[in-house]
Amino acid sequence: MATERRLRIKTLMMVLAMVVCANVGDLMLKRGMSQIGAVQVSPTGLSHAFRLTVENGAIWIGIFFLTGFMLSYMTVLSWADYSYVMPAGAFGYAVLTFLAVLFLHESVSSRRWVGVVLICVGVLLVGQTKPRTTELPAEVPA
Amino acid sequence: MIRVALMLGILVLGSTGGEIAITYGMKATGEPEHFTPRAMLQFLSRAFRNGWFWVGVPLMTLSFYSLLLLLSWEPISLVIPASALSYVVGTFGAKYVLREDVTLARWAGVVLVCIGVALVAAG
Repeated sequence: MATERRLRIKTLMMVLAMVVCANVGDLMLKRGMSQIGAVQVSPTGLSHAFRLTVENGAIWIGIFFLTGFMLSYMTVLSWADYSYVMPAGAFGYAVLTFLAVLFLHESVSSRRWVGVVLICVGVLLVGQTKPRTTELPAEVPA
Repeated sequence: MIRVALMLGILVLGSTGGEIAITYGMKATGEPEHFTPRAMLQFLSRAFRNGWFWVGVPLMTLSFYSLLLLLSWEPISLVIPASALSYVVGTFGAKYVLREDVTLARWAGVVLVCIGVALVAAG
């Protein structure tokens, strides 16, 4: 029982890391690309945009967090079910809506609030189930 | 219309197929022994040497480019809600390919998340 509780806490912590890293990463990329402006689709425009992205601090912070997302995603899938991690990760949509209201003072439609409530209830339902239902690693040669 | 449906199919199957392949690879890799930098590097090195990981990456890349293509054809308020189908397709994959025990509660949660994501993305 203690093992299962530890597994659940470990999985939820890693899913939380996934959600935080993905959202912060996306926001930083968005900030960086907004600073750079619209990219012209031509050889000169693309090379100019590439140079600007390499020199942009927000882009690098975004890449750092998105690497953190990939690492936490790979790590949690090494022990937890895919059908547990995938819907739990959708909690990020709800978090983004709350952040948009709290910090950006955006107005959110009632349809979007219904969506947030459904996501929260769905994640709670999935969260109640066992994080791992397969006992042995799938030893499948590629 | 047909090209949008076809590209949506590539997006959903590419993303779920890629994630299922990566899950296979990660299960075969096994958990990291500790969360120290050294243990995590060893864990990553084992994961990168697993063939299923490299099956998953191109599939996810394919789904990413099909998403970009779809976004250039259709509004985001249509593309993202439609791509929320991945949650249901992925759960079928988890049940029949990965042999996970998808209980009724988990199915109910997945369906609610799927509808919720579609509503949030539609705005």
